[in-house]
Amino acid sequence: MTGTLSISERQVGLALAVALTLLGLVMAAAARQGPMAVHGAIAAALGLALVFRLGGALYDPEVPAGRRQRFYDAPTRFGIALTVIWAIIGMGVGVWVAALLYWPEATPPWPWTSFGRLRPVHTTGVIFGFGGNALIATSFHVLQRTARARLADSISPWAVLIGFNLFCIWAVTGYLMGSTQSKEYAEAEWYADLWLVVVWVTYFVLYMRTLARRAEPHIYVANWYYLAFILVVAMLHIVNNLALPVSLAGARSFPIWAGVQDAMVQWWYGHNAVAFFLTAGFLGMLYYFLPVRSGRPIWSYRLSIVSFWGIVFFYIWVGSHHLHYTALPYWVQTLGMTFSVMLLIPSWASAGNAIATLNGAWHKVRDDATLRFMFVAAVFYGLSTFEGSFLAIRPVNSLSHYTDWTVGHVHSGTLGWVAMIIFGAIYTLAPQLSGRETMAWPRAVEWHFWLAVTGALIYVVALWNAGITQGLMWRSYDDNGALSYSFLQSVMAMAPYYLMRTIGGALFLSGAILCALNTRATMRRATGAVRAWDRPLVPGPAE
Amino acid sequence: MTDATDPGRRHSAGHHGGDRPVDPVTGHETTGHDWGGITELNTAFPRIVIWALVLAFSYSVIAWILLPAWPLGHDYTRGLLGLDQSEEAVREYREMERARADWLAPFASAEFAALASDAPLMARAMPAAARLFADNCAACHQAKGTGGPGFPNLVDADWLWGGDPEEIAETLRVGVNSTHPDTRVSQMLAFGRDGILPAGDIELLVDHVLALSRGEDAADGPGAELFAENCAACHGEGGVGGLGIGAPALNDGDWLYGGSPGQIRTTLRQGRQGVMPSWEGRLSPSEINLLALYVERLGKGNRNEARE
Repeated sequence: MTGTLSISERQVGLALAVALTLLGLVMAAAARQGPMAVHGAIAAALGLALVFRLGGALYDPEVPAGRRQRFYDAPTRFGIALTVIWAIIGMGVGVWVAALLYWPEATPPWPWTSFGRLRPVHTTGVIFGFGGNALIATSFHVLQRTARARLADSISPWAVLIGFNLFCIWAVTGYLMGSTQSKEYAEAEWYADLWLVVVWVTYFVLYMRTLARRAEPHIYVANWYYLAFILVVAMLHIVNNLALPVSLAGARSFPIWAGVQDAMVQWWYGHNAVAFFLTAGFLGMLYYFLPVRSGRPIWSYRLSIVSFWGIVFFYIWVGSHHLHYTALPYWVQTLGMTFSVMLLIPSWASAGNAIATLNGAWHKVRDDATLRFMFVAAVFYGLSTFEGSFLAIRPVNSLSHYTDWTVGHVHSGTLGWVAMIIFGAIYTLAPQLSGRETMAWPRAVEWHFWLAVTGALIYVVALWNAGITQGLMWRSYDDNGALSYSFLQSVMAMAPYYLMRTIGGALFLSGAILCALNTRATMRRATGAVRAWDRPLVPGPAE
Repeated sequence: MTDATDPGRRHSAGHHGGDRPVDPVTGHETTGHDWGGITELNTAFPRIVIWALVLAFSYSVIAWILLPAWPLGHDYTRGLLGLDQSEEAVREYREMERARADWLAPFASAEFAALASDAPLMARAMPAAARLFADNCAACHQAKGTGGPGFPNLVDADWLWGGDPEEIAETLRVGVNSTHPDTRVSQMLAFGRDGILPAGDIELLVDHVLALSRGEDAADGPGAELFAENCAACHGEGGVGGLGIGAPALNDGDWLYGGSPGQIRTTLRQGRQGVMPSWEGRLSPSEINLLALYVERLGKGNRNEARE
């Protein structure tokens, strides 16, 4: 990190690190005890570590003059390392809680190991830790290459990555201590939410400033998706997390929304987290890495643009399909259902565009596991968007709602689509950023591919069966009008499926561990070589 | 890096102006843009996507016409079908209730003997009672009613509040130490914590209760007098229990809070006050009576053995 910063940038960084240390100390001192004090201490420790790192390098020699003529890839490398670390944490906890559902008596006696505290560690770890770092890291890469311009400055990318990961660490350690807003995928408490707003605005400004410097007048579609991701996630995050802290010196708060309005805002947020975090950003990733890896042009420019606007427009309406048959007014449910159905068209258009792009490169899909990751991602994207629109239809939802079918659906999207495209992107990026031709262990990519596909399929099929079984058991009546099954029986019927999903998840996790080790080995064997063409047309700002 | 991923290889091919390059695989032109090697084809918008959009939009329009859909300030479009989800839900609940009425309604009367002797009725009702038990009772009393620490076993011959259907129904209705105004109340005193008995006496009582549970004749033992003065009022002479006031029998091997000397000592020191919620309001009177008969029958085999 420090080797790529100029002396004046190191000074600015040092000042920011001191500010972070002070912020952490103030938080810890004000709260004195509880999660906020621990989080203050974590921030102070991180700030102090950065102070030593930057302070120690303050009088190192100035960076070589040529750096303005190069892309700034150090933050991307750092982000990819964080991505694979969070993959292991998030998926590891996921496999553990999956096992707890099968062996609940294995829960250790300490409160922080309970299912209820670990489950958000899994979701935050994979969505924000694994997915978020992958999005930020690849966005820096894609933005620079498609704009053919170096990042607008060298401090903000580090501030974004380090700040975002501090948010993730605050979030998951908070859950372990029992601190939560009880809003799914938005569990982190108020000060972490405010911190994320600051980080996110920095990210948006960096993105816009770099884009403004682009050499290619047309903005490539991947950037549209990344921008939609950054902008809309900011809006969702702020509105859903509006809350009043009980005290400025404590971690507890109450949302300003109440009752069914709170539920609606939460699921407007929740589903658009799927839309703009887990879909739009990753479509940006797909639209860049698929043509790069396959060496094919995007099949249809027009389709990509219409799909973008279709996805962005339709998605924002559909959150209410999470609240079918609830206190939410019927008319909101109807709107959510119908827009979900219309959403299928641009979703499938995107998946179709991706698959049609591979025409003329099918031999590469056969031979190259990295490209195969991206192909499978596009297929799973098509499958899970179809499933999503289907489940949003009210009568279908009456069978699937509250069952493990929903969980299976989410995992077909996250394991099959999101994780697969991330792995495809990592296997394309890691060698390139290391100045290498291939990953350090090319055979391990093949192994990872089959572990991931097998694991995802076992997981998804097990939970389809689980969910449909639950839904049917809950709605079965004897001819005398009495329920045919008690709830307990429907729980006991889950045992084989929960075992299968644990096995599927474990296979997927082993693949991810292989990926992490492979990435580490690749980056350690970096040659430092840069291809002559891999340079910005617009150099960095004058120094 | 393979040359396919080397955007520079094709870089010179795709810049602005002039003839746009044609992709040899599809025969389509590119758009002429080039983003560090990435190009896009100017493929015409596929007809099928337009038709799919029309189809999905038509589905939505039909749904909007038939169902409540669009907000209008203080009101919303009601839809031609005039559906209201709370009315629908209530109607469906009523239908289910009607379907159950022929066998559930008789249980509204508390004539348990008559109900129990109606074999066809019981055959029709008992499977439903089993699910009621599993959904409402099994969380504490376990799936087979065998109970656990703090939660009484329902299949043995011991009853804290009486084992007749009438008494079981009343326990279900009002609960034990519950919030119901008529709740059954039971409170074992905290003999140690509240200083009622010195530690030495508690030790004597532990030994005495253990002797009782083993069926030994402990009438002359050192704890006998203490037991008669402090415990027998609730647990009965010699700890036989069965007074229907929530105090268990102590002269058998069954324990509610554990039968090791340490567990008995804890019980004596800190007292006990088990809680069972009131089910009135949550279950209908018919369902409570049905469950009372079910619970009474749960351990019938065991109980007959015990009486013999």
